[in-house]
Amino acid sequence: MAEGAVPLTIVPPLPIGELFETGFDWFKDTFDAFFDGVGDFLDATIDGFAGLLQTPDPLVLAVVLALLAWLVRDWKLAGGSLVGMVVIIGMGMWEPAMETLALVVIATLFALLVGVPLGIWAARSAVVSRVLRPVMDFMQTMPGFVWLVPVVILFSIGVAGAMIATVIFALPPAVRLTELGIRQVDSEVVEAGQAFGAGPRQILKDIQLPLAMPTVMAGVNQVIMLALSMAVIAGLVGGGGLGNEVVSAISTLDLALGFDAGISVVILAIFLDRLTGSIGSRRPGHGRLRELRQRFTRTPATSPA
Amino acid sequence: MPAIEAHHLYKVFGRKAHDGVKRLEAGADTDELKRAGLTPAVIDASFTVEEGEIFVVMGLSGSGKSTLIRMINGLHPPTAGHVELHGENITAATGKDLRRLRRERISMVFQHFALFPHRSVIDNAAYGLETQGVAKEERRRRAHEALELCGLTGWDDHLPSELSGGMQQRVGLARALAADTDILLMDEAFSALDPLIRRDMQDQLIELQQKLGKTILFITHDLNEAMRIGDRIAMMRNGRIVQVGTAEEILTDPANDYVAQFVADVDRTRVLTASSVMEPPVAVLGAEQGPRAAHKLMREHQVSALFVTARDRTLQGYVSENEVSMRLEQKNLDGLLRPVPDFASVSPDTSLADLFGPAAETPAIAVVDDAGRLSGVIPRVTLLSALSTQTDAEMEAAVLGTSTSASDTDETKEAVRG
Repeated sequence: MAEGAVPLTIVPPLPIGELFETGFDWFKDTFDAFFDGVGDFLDATIDGFAGLLQTPDPLVLAVVLALLAWLVRDWKLAGGSLVGMVVIIGMGMWEPAMETLALVVIATLFALLVGVPLGIWAARSAVVSRVLRPVMDFMQTMPGFVWLVPVVILFSIGVAGAMIATVIFALPPAVRLTELGIRQVDSEVVEAGQAFGAGPRQILKDIQLPLAMPTVMAGVNQVIMLALSMAVIAGLVGGGGLGNEVVSAISTLDLALGFDAGISVVILAIFLDRLTGSIGSRRPGHGRLRELRQRFTRTPATSPA
Repeated sequence: MPAIEAHHLYKVFGRKAHDGVKRLEAGADTDELKRAGLTPAVIDASFTVEEGEIFVVMGLSGSGKSTLIRMINGLHPPTAGHVELHGENITAATGKDLRRLRRERISMVFQHFALFPHRSVIDNAAYGLETQGVAKEERRRRAHEALELCGLTGWDDHLPSELSGGMQQRVGLARALAADTDILLMDEAFSALDPLIRRDMQDQLIELQQKLGKTILFITHDLNEAMRIGDRIAMMRNGRIVQVGTAEEILTDPANDYVAQFVADVDRTRVLTASSVMEPPVAVLGAEQGPRAAHKLMREHQVSALFVTARDRTLQGYVSENEVSMRLEQKNLDGLLRPVPDFASVSPDTSLADLFGPAAETPAIAVVDDAGRLSGVIPRVTLLSALSTQTDAEMEAAVLGTSTSASDTDETKEAVRG
């Protein structure tokens, strides 16, 4: 024992990762059939949606997306969107870009479907909030790549696994900002609802959620951004789309391809960010959508609901 | 049956709040509880509010008044005690029952208005009716009426943020009135408004109350406001109600030094009325008596004029010393009795502020009730001494300290009286 450095034996080895693996293996073996089913369902959904986006002529869809931008914001965003989309088409990235868009949209919907109710629950219960907080921290700070491992084990290589990893990574802002938005609602206003005999559900629907909406929408915006960044990383596990292009650019050291794919991601990101950002920040009653609706239904301009 | 009955309400914040109540009941004080990590907000508060009354709870911030008002409609459950609204126990009610009671019995106006910023003015005002399940057309009609009643027309379709503070609180008031409950809770409802608008709203509230006969529980930290609008006032300090009474009772007979100090700065001329300062009509001549009796009475009381009343105490007029002494031989008061000028006779409810004008013209003011009976007399000196913020006891002590001036004061008093 005299020769060589004395190994530091005060801290016993902690096989946390191995423990996790053991648990995870059991989990996988037990619910394998279930995850297969979920995987098939997700594959079909995303492929279907991506197919839908790829069906029309790229230019037609580009115009449709620009129109959407005009509806929720203004002609400037519409023009910018159109230019961006045309650039993507020109670079030959339209198909993978639409695959990525489909993945991002579906993953965002899932994240919101889970995250918003969780956020509402956390806003109403201090216990739930306290339990969820570290879980959210864990999900958000764990490097995105790490999520790919268990996901691939469960769903094998493919879009479904990519989407689950994306949902996990993008979920926390939906929960956090929904909770924050609801908690920020002036307590006197909530008391007013109670004082006039409204039930908890009415208060949530008529007071808390509408007033929390700008914050919730900021959360939606964040979810989309995180989903987009994760969707690209998920190219590593067969997520398809722009992620695939990036991965192949890395493996073949193809700088041109890497740039094309990267710029397409940036254009998609800016488009989605401006689109959702303007939904959240706009005051009620001043939207173009509302204008159109009023013009078509011919109701006199009444107060915003 | 009273509209609101609060029975021994306690609100203690902290863990084991019920132990806190037991200790308070056993005589522990606030500091003792605070050392144990408990915060007593309301301690043993009991009061009743009669139907159609404006009952004001007055206290500084931290006195527990906001917690108290929230126990009345169950926004805060009391730690102990209970509240009855028209005999129905709201404290025991939960869930559906509680919400039904709030919808049907009691509505609330908030300090910072608590309007729904995303709803138009009329939809705000209609909120109570919405929770009651009233159909849309009907509730918009009634909300519109309530807004008009509160002096707010033409703003129905605006958002609250487009209104000034005073107008926003009118919406808050309209929302409470539209719900058509007979009890109205007002939590520092006018405190966030600037003084001129506040006065306006106070006047309007009193007017509305007279028109609609609502029972109003009003919370304020502004004593002048309390005295202006309150039929009765509960003074709160450190969670306890230290005195309940009319504005005059609290001014003239404060329960303790705290209340006395508090009311020292009140504009007494607006709160006190003729009836609270008048003196019993001692030096009064019967209408059937003659000049000799009048002369004797004037000498006894050292006054230069006398009010004359009939047997049923109705005021007939007055006689003056000059005229009486010239016609001492006459049997009755024929030709001596002069009518009391209008300005010199006031009703018992006239505020002191309105007595100064008359007092400048006449040495004594007659206080006459609705039936025309002389119920009291206010000599000029009495009016002045009522303005002093010192209590009677302090006055006496000051006067007794120098005995000569004491008798001086009495003499002057007597000289002016009549």
